[in-house]
Amino acid sequence: MTFTDACAIMNGETVPFNKVPCLPFEQFQKKIIDAVGQKSRICSFFGVKDINCGDAISQLQLIAVIASDSDRRLHLLSTIVEDSYPAFTPLLPQLHMFEREIAEQWGINPVGHPWLRPVRCQPSDHKPEFFHIEGGEAHEVAVGPVHAGVIEPGHFRFQCHGEKVFHLEISLGYQHRGIEKALIGGPHKKTPYQMETLAGDTTVGHYLAYCQIIEALQGIKVSPRANAIRAIGLELERLANHTGDLGALGGDVGYLPTSSYCGRIRGDFLNMTALLCGSRLGRGLLCPGGVRFDLDYPERVEKLTKSLIQAQEDTKTAIELLWNTPSVMTRFENTGRVSAEDCRALGLVGPAARACGIVRDIRQDFPTGQYLQGDFPAMPPVEIMTGDVAARAMIRWHEIQDSLRFLLKLVPDLPGGLPEAAGKESKQTVCRPDSIAVSLVEGWRGEICHTAITDAHGNFLKYKVVDPSFHNWTGLAMALRNQEISDFPLCNKSFNLSYCGFDL
Amino acid sequence: MLKILAARLQQGFRTIPYPEKLPTLPDRLRGRPVIVREKCRQACGLCTEVCPTAAIVPGKDLQIDLGRCIFCGACAEVCPEGAVAFSNDHRLAVSKRTDLVVNSSEIKLANALECEMFGRSIQFRQVSAGGCNGCEVDINVLTTVVFDLSRFGIKIVASPRHSDGILVTGPVTRNMQAATIGTFAAVPSPKLVVAIGTCAISGGVFRDQPEQNNGVTDLMPVDLFIPGCPPHPLTILDGLLRLIGKIG
Repeated sequence: MTFTDACAIMNGETVPFNKVPCLPFEQFQKKIIDAVGQKSRICSFFGVKDINCGDAISQLQLIAVIASDSDRRLHLLSTIVEDSYPAFTPLLPQLHMFEREIAEQWGINPVGHPWLRPVRCQPSDHKPEFFHIEGGEAHEVAVGPVHAGVIEPGHFRFQCHGEKVFHLEISLGYQHRGIEKALIGGPHKKTPYQMETLAGDTTVGHYLAYCQIIEALQGIKVSPRANAIRAIGLELERLANHTGDLGALGGDVGYLPTSSYCGRIRGDFLNMTALLCGSRLGRGLLCPGGVRFDLDYPERVEKLTKSLIQAQEDTKTAIELLWNTPSVMTRFENTGRVSAEDCRALGLVGPAARACGIVRDIRQDFPTGQYLQGDFPAMPPVEIMTGDVAARAMIRWHEIQDSLRFLLKLVPDLPGGLPEAAGKESKQTVCRPDSIAVSLVEGWRGEICHTAITDAHGNFLKYKVVDPSFHNWTGLAMALRNQEISDFPLCNKSFNLSYCGFDL
Repeated sequence: MLKILAARLQQGFRTIPYPEKLPTLPDRLRGRPVIVREKCRQACGLCTEVCPTAAIVPGKDLQIDLGRCIFCGACAEVCPEGAVAFSNDHRLAVSKRTDLVVNSSEIKLANALECEMFGRSIQFRQVSAGGCNGCEVDINVLTTVVFDLSRFGIKIVASPRHSDGILVTGPVTRNMQAATIGTFAAVPSPKLVVAIGTCAISGGVFRDQPEQNNGVTDLMPVDLFIPGCPPHPLTILDGLLRLIGKIG
């Protein structure tokens, strides 16, 4: 396909906002539909006011960030709409949540959207409507927002026939803190800390995406040493969460050995992050321009290396038990299957997509920093990626081994130099005005996409965050179709999506 | 079966002997602050300026409100005199909100409940109300073999009806307000509220945003305050054990 009118950038790059083509709607629509038909996908789709909209209050500029796998570039397109426009969703289901979000935030109606519910429900305003099945033996099960475990709040509606689930509707918004609104006019003093708490279990992932945005907008170059330490933080985050989830999957099928070992090993990974920066979740590890903590003493490097080697041994014995236990595998196999076709149509990302055999990984497709060295990752054979719980578990195990190998190569052989960009005065620099920057990071759940648009003074006019969960929650709903309702915890844990990252 | 036994042998015994023996905490952990007032130049105001949550109380004396502090360490980094630093002491839980405002290296840690009925066993229902899932991560690890929460008679249960109190995390968003109050109401009296993390105590980095409250403290009486963003698991465990009189 030709993207001749689109503005193409690399991951972590910025361009003046007026370089983003503003097409007539029909042309915009055609370009996006064509692009998705040719293996591109939409990373982010949102509205912004006040730039090219003129004086008309009812006008909104829609911006699309399209990742093209063929040329490994991010393409930016925009159009202006008024009050309403013909919805993309019937043709491009991967936009369904984005269009609901635009409708909720701006009151613009995507005409023909099949299910225009609020995204981050505001219960005080109106009682949300749920998809409902009628019939003599059909019944409904409602769960949440307060769940049985130590877990974030969300509401789930199952339409069932006996034990069988016909449809699951997921209704979120309970964690909505209004972060995107608070970011307008920033970066403020609080901004970095709010970025670290977009999703606490993805502190490094989201904050790295933010740092890349700031570095793009301020023209800061990061030293190789800082890039290496950032990658260590990101991979430790992946290791901790994947290990914890595999343990929890064991727990959900009543297999306690893996569950109890992995719960502990997850803590070991969190402690390695704390060894690096004092915080188990990686708070304060990074800063725009570099990192705040260096792997300074040989003893620290040695201790980290030792812990990694130990973890390599521990994860192996703890996790391989799963694959060797028939009672576990019969519960994992063929449970919660998502087809590759659905995965593509819904635009799933991260391990959930890779488990369906759809190879997409920012570290490989749009690498930045340390990942530009190109030794990452090694994909497991596509034929074992069957889209079910077993595949989502297996892909995590592969990623654990890849990350450990990557770290054991990197940690003892860190590049020299300063961990921060030369001259701390870079912190005072203002962002480039009237620009747009996009940053992608492969967090442990998948693709994190941040997009910033600055005004004439270099302040954020719009800062759009897309957590991988924003794409993937619908994947969980699809996984539950025609499953037993008792398989919900297992399916849910195999995705383990973020509520706060979605709710923002 | 043999594989399970082999794995069991390889994994070993991993429960820490806490509270008899404290494990080595990371040297970079930002725990209890160490304030040396004599070193403070007072008028310079650098620390107040960098603090993202206005935790440093402006005024003559250097004071930090740990109920607002997110332990980012920005003040310690910027202070030219070294008047404030963060030690790796994990003990931070207190019984009264005012005890979180500190001006030295001392902190008045939580007292045991006067009512002895919870001394042998205590059950909590956890309510996640708008945080970032960070505090939940560090509560969850308490139930792993490392900390083995249940050996102290403390259990996190599925129903508020079975519990003696709630552990609240997050600033309590508007969308979670009704559910939080409802869960508390479902706990039989006498009941306790534990606020875990800076968000639950003061709204944290989201303070004063209209989509939420400034912590659970706005909504119900709190019996134990455990500051941190998020608190270290041992900070939480230390607080809970003090509450039921098993430490201190």
